[in-house]
Amino acid sequence: MLDIAVLSVGISLAATMVAASFALTGALWIVYGHSPLRHVLHGCFNAGLGLPPVAVGLAIAFMFWRSGPLGPLDLLYTPAAMVFAQIIIVTPLFGSLAVIALRAVDPTLPGQLAALRVPARAQLRLLARETTPGLLAAGLAGFGRAIAEVGAAQMTGGNIEGQTRVLTTATMLDVGRGDFGTAFGYVAVLLGIMGLATGAAFVLQTRWR
Amino acid sequence: MKHVMKPAAVFFLAAILVATPPAHAAGPAVVLATTTSTQDTGLLDVLVPAFERATGYRVKTIAVGTGAALAMGERGDADVLLVHAPKTEDAYMAKGRGLERKLVMHNMFVVAGPPGDPARVKGAATAVQAFKRIAAAKVPFVSRADDSGTNTKELEIWKAAGVAPHGPWYIKSGSGMADTLHIASQKAAYTLTDDGTFLSQRATLSLVPVIEDAKDLRNIYHVIVVKPIAGRVGNLAGAEAFAGYVVSPAGQHLIATFGKAKYGRPLFSADAGAGDGP
Repeated sequence: MLDIAVLSVGISLAATMVAASFALTGALWIVYGHSPLRHVLHGCFNAGLGLPPVAVGLAIAFMFWRSGPLGPLDLLYTPAAMVFAQIIIVTPLFGSLAVIALRAVDPTLPGQLAALRVPARAQLRLLARETTPGLLAAGLAGFGRAIAEVGAAQMTGGNIEGQTRVLTTATMLDVGRGDFGTAFGYVAVLLGIMGLATGAAFVLQTRWR
Repeated sequence: MKHVMKPAAVFFLAAILVATPPAHAAGPAVVLATTTSTQDTGLLDVLVPAFERATGYRVKTIAVGTGAALAMGERGDADVLLVHAPKTEDAYMAKGRGLERKLVMHNMFVVAGPPGDPARVKGAATAVQAFKRIAAAKVPFVSRADDSGTNTKELEIWKAAGVAPHGPWYIKSGSGMADTLHIASQKAAYTLTDDGTFLSQRATLSLVPVIEDAKDLRNIYHVIVVKPIAGRVGNLAGAEAFAGYVVSPAGQHLIATFGKAKYGRPLFSADAGAGDGP
């Protein structure tokens, strides 16, 4: 049980971190950049909100099958393949919410800070403080989506005991086996993890204010 | 915040890489494609770790239907298959995608249905007769409809019964054996199941066996070593070792005793050497 929970959290956190670094870069460009292409990326982020995880899982599994283009890497049915899939699932969600968070900041604020001759480093710090609560919410949403997701996790991980079994796929397996008690146990752990993550995000958000 | 995130991200990525056990010196993990019935009964939880301990190979077990397992073998996405649809396997071997095929074990299929037996199936001598009665009474029947070995067997029986099943009484679950049993139980429907999965699930089902030990209900499992495709990742030696292990005295003993303690009788009969691997 513990190793399954740890793997779930590890995969989801790693995917959320990587997705957040991509998506935050993209979101900063969308909000503060000038190229018209940034609207295309924004459109991709928004469209990606509806990206079905099973579609992502199938595409990643197809790539990583031994018969697929990335087969020689021998990554299918490994946590790495699961992280790949979750990154693709989480990036648009985080990006879309990050754009909202960044836009919530008064657009004249950078100009005002510059006019007040606030040093560049302090400007960044102030802007970061303004946007951090929104970005934390985006991170929480991304983490929640990754850890709650089952279709892509099953297809890319294969639900292998001791290797790629995570809370959601373990739940499906035990429901399939008719072992509902164990399945409820996994679900309880999953809910507990989300509760802890929500609490942690709340504490961080209030501290940043 | 970024200063916190970066080391954390690196840490978790590293943790995941470390958590992935290193490949065996003798090659990548052996991919075993097998059926949901072997996983749902829990047999693989016993057999695979014993094989890993005995040989040092690492196994990735992917539980799908027999049809999907054979497709994985055909693409070279699996090294070894443990499947139970002899006719489909014949076709697979004829395509040259298997190096060897060995008889491993069998259990029996069971026609399970609601305790009231609304289609009056009890007393039928064969599954074919039973299916005829179910179709005539139009009592709900849940089909796996997933190209699994059990589904293949079910379609063979319908064919032999001269019935092309369709209509609202014929429910296609598209799910594994245990899931399908629960659907049948909830809908008070008949279904075809292997007795291993049925026994392991029976406590949570309101279904009874209506036809058992009919001679047309034998469920035979073979292990197939997939012919590798040149240039692809694979582990032929590991596949041969696994096939050898399941038919070895040690592997056969595990199979022949599996489930005895929990269900009062074994779920599978070990058959290696008893007959042919065609």
